Amino acid sequence: MEHIVIIGNGIAGVTAARHIRKLSDKKITIVSAESEYFFSRTALMYVYMGHMKFEHTQPYENHFWKKNRIDLIKGHVTKVNTRDKLLHIDGVPNLHYDKLIIATGSKPNKFGWPGQDLDGVQGLYSKQDLELLQQNAPNNNICKRAVIIGGGLIGIELAEMLRTRDIPVTFLVREDSFWNSVLPSGESEMINEHIREHHIDLRLGTSLKEINSDVKGKVKSVTLAETGEEIECNLVGLTAGVTPNIDFLKDSGIELGRGVKVNRFLETNVEDVYAIGDCAEQREAIGNRRPIEAVWYTGRMMGETLAQTICGHRMEYKPGHWFNSAKFLDIEYQTYGWVFSERRKKENEAHFHWRHTKEKLCITIAFDKDSETLLGINTFGIRLRHEVFDRWLSEKTTIDFVMEHLRDANFDPEFYKNFESQIVSKYNSDFGKSINLKKKNLKRIFQLS
Amino acid sequence: MNSQTYHKSMALTGEPPKSLSIGQKLAVLLGLSGLGILILAAFNVNFPNKTLWMTLSLSAISIGTIWFSWDAYSQKIPGIKNDGVWFKSISSRGLWGWVLGLVLTGFYIVLYFYPEYIGLVSEGDNKGVIGLFDPLSKFLSGNPASQWFVYGTLYTVAILVFGIKFLWKFRHNRYERLRTWSVMFFQLAFAFIIPELMARLNGDKILDGGSLPYYDLKNIWPLNYYNFEGYRIKAFLSSGEIGFALLIFGILSIFVITPILTYKYGKRWYCSWVCGCGGLAETAGDSFRQLSDKSTFAWKVERWVVHSVVVFVTLMTTAVIYSYLGTDTSKYWLTKSTFLIGVAVLLTLVFGWAMIFKRDQLQKDAQYGAIGYFVIIIALIGFHFFSGEGEVFLFKSGTLRKSYSFLIGSIFSGVIGTGFYPIFGSRVWCRFGCPMAAILGFQQKLFSRFRITTNGGQCISCGNCSTYCEMGIDVRAYAQKGENIVRASCVGCGICSAVCPRGVLKLENGPLEGRIDSNQVLLGNDVDLLTLVNKK
Repeated sequence: MEHIVIIGNGIAGVTAARHIRKLSDKKITIVSAESEYFFSRTALMYVYMGHMKFEHTQPYENHFWKKNRIDLIKGHVTKVNTRDKLLHIDGVPNLHYDKLIIATGSKPNKFGWPGQDLDGVQGLYSKQDLELLQQNAPNNNICKRAVIIGGGLIGIELAEMLRTRDIPVTFLVREDSFWNSVLPSGESEMINEHIREHHIDLRLGTSLKEINSDVKGKVKSVTLAETGEEIECNLVGLTAGVTPNIDFLKDSGIELGRGVKVNRFLETNVEDVYAIGDCAEQREAIGNRRPIEAVWYTGRMMGETLAQTICGHRMEYKPGHWFNSAKFLDIEYQTYGWVFSERRKKENEAHFHWRHTKEKLCITIAFDKDSETLLGINTFGIRLRHEVFDRWLSEKTTIDFVMEHLRDANFDPEFYKNFESQIVSKYNSDFGKSINLKKKNLKRIFQLS
Repeated sequence: MNSQTYHKSMALTGEPPKSLSIGQKLAVLLGLSGLGILILAAFNVNFPNKTLWMTLSLSAISIGTIWFSWDAYSQKIPGIKNDGVWFKSISSRGLWGWVLGLVLTGFYIVLYFYPEYIGLVSEGDNKGVIGLFDPLSKFLSGNPASQWFVYGTLYTVAILVFGIKFLWKFRHNRYERLRTWSVMFFQLAFAFIIPELMARLNGDKILDGGSLPYYDLKNIWPLNYYNFEGYRIKAFLSSGEIGFALLIFGILSIFVITPILTYKYGKRWYCSWVCGCGGLAETAGDSFRQLSDKSTFAWKVERWVVHSVVVFVTLMTTAVIYSYLGTDTSKYWLTKSTFLIGVAVLLTLVFGWAMIFKRDQLQKDAQYGAIGYFVIIIALIGFHFFSGEGEVFLFKSGTLRKSYSFLIGSIFSGVIGTGFYPIFGSRVWCRFGCPMAAILGFQQKLFSRFRITTNGGQCISCGNCSTYCEMGIDVRAYAQKGENIVRASCVGCGICSAVCPRGVLKLENGPLEGRIDSNQVLLGNDVDLLTLVNKK
């Protein structure tokens, strides 16, 4: 029986395993050094905040794996011998594979800052990072202040986590507004306000010079590059992005760039070795996507695709329209299609922006200047129906059409206040249009004849 | 090693987010002093001015609770407030959780089985706690208080003050707020005030001098399992047109009104908007919703237990009605035999419809169970006809009624259902025991527009939805597959949707087409792959 070995039990590896099991009777083994069972990485924050216990982050009950004949090995893979198809695993006998799937995810970026390896300096990615955080910042007596370096999604999550234990947080963001390499300025500005509203000391346009140590080798303070100011702290969170976790592959003969190089079939240069998820790097970027996509959903989609290839339907990784979501403290964010920040915006991309006068709600719709076709939408504090926007993007509808049918796309809970008429009237006045908003229509939403 | 250090640091006490502020400590003290008055009264401390002391007690309890919640939520930005839920001893089955569970359980045992300990006196004036509530009861209905009046008052106070807490906690969420206003209203008006005022009509000439039975109008058979018992039917029929109308309303409630509303909105119209049991679970029980068991094993137990209760209540009610019907068609059209035949026909129609049209939507064991139950009931009815006069089926209707009332009405719904809030979560009764919820659930699963829509591929499997589902539904199991959630037990509280950090879930009423069989799952891949993935 063909033996499929998967390194990494995150969303990509586990999705591949599940779908291979659905499609075949192959022997499946998952090796992980991080945890015994699959858990949702994005939910680690809720364990520290006390919303959930660790076991709640595990999507499948423990008996699931045996029942589905997916073998689990806990151990760290130190070396991959592609010639003999052998894995060397710490403390476990060597493991032979017929096909190997590398799904080892990421690790936090370290940019060579002085003091980055001190005690009390950490990233937030793995279960071990969470356990370390429990030690470094259990409460505001032991951790009197935390400094977070890097204004992205993990940084703001870490800030939110620490604030639930009343730990003062200084948040260093190199850019002059939060995450404005991705978000258009109006949105980024709204999040700045919200961060400050949560009593987080947000320092924009500020970067780290060095991390200073006390006599025991523990972090004592950080020094800022621009002003030379020293901020005392007991925890430094490094959240300036992540990078593929592939050091163990160095001499394996598998071609590496920043990640494991793969073609559109998720195959590496070595036969029978594949890579998926955060650690895979496309040789050529797909559409507007980055060659490495460290996103939950793309990990899952690659796992689904590769399972087909492994089970005999060789298939390209063909992601559909881009989508993503996040939550910035209390503000939910969803995006469908492409909305670029001012910095990365292409020449033909125009934006329509609406923001509520009081509440923290806003949307930005990107469209083509000439044809007025929809390119994408960002929303904050308003939920949208994935299916509807996916359809509109496929059908290349115009922004006028989107405005007219905006109510069909709303996904907020029932009885929520709706803002479509305000949005449309702003659109009409911004662009001199006279769009009439249509009523919500279940037949259109669910595509019934 | 790591997991140990991790638990050790979790056990540190007295820190945010689990510590209490000074205001909250004072509020707890105030609330406990209110309870203290009741406890002193229970030990027969004689309070000279009962009206004053009862008012003081209830006010202290209410103000204490409201103050506590104000302190907890008023200064915070609107949003999800679950910080430290699993660190706090009371909401994570810690010491305080167990203590509270024991106290509540003890209270229910005294209430149901030893009301004399809290001052019930059958001849003469009440004493103790019940005596303390006499003035209020006399003011409302004109009669002295009973243990049920005291319980009803405390129950209503609990729903109102914890309702206010819930309104603050979810002030960003209009669905939650409206739903809470609704349960607060129905409890106060329908369960508490209207029945007491109705009692004032007794003996009046608009009732033709008759007496109505105590009737909470929103309490529908089979939750209100005694509604069609002989003494109540007599009382209804002796109370003129109003009495007759109420009896008809009781019958229409379960056979007409309920199916229509459940078809349009799902069972939530009742379970989390109207029902008193649901009302208490959603307000006072809100802090314990995360304690429900999400395992597939618990789900299996739930299906067998709750449906057994439905069979039990059907048999019991049939037996009870049968026992007081006559045999002579010339006196009254509804006789023992017509009634039994009617029950058999109705059950066969419902069962036949489900098995013929909706078979594939039932779990395998639900099919076996349904067939089993159906055979038993029909066999019993048939057996009756062959065995001639005497007891109904094999049982004495009185014994059946007594055991139901003891096992289900008292032990299950009260002692376990509410007493164990801090151990098993707030909906144990609704999930495992309530026959009304089971009947509504059966319809919700098979014939309703209601579903929880999963938003394409946005789920990150975080588990907040499953953790905070009070009914123990593993919501995530559906959401992460892009499948809609259509479950018999879902009471539509909307918390899964509220706690979802990615906007994945929406409770809605939509077309029946494509409601369950969500094959057009949108996971973000291109269409070719989707067809393959969806192939079973």
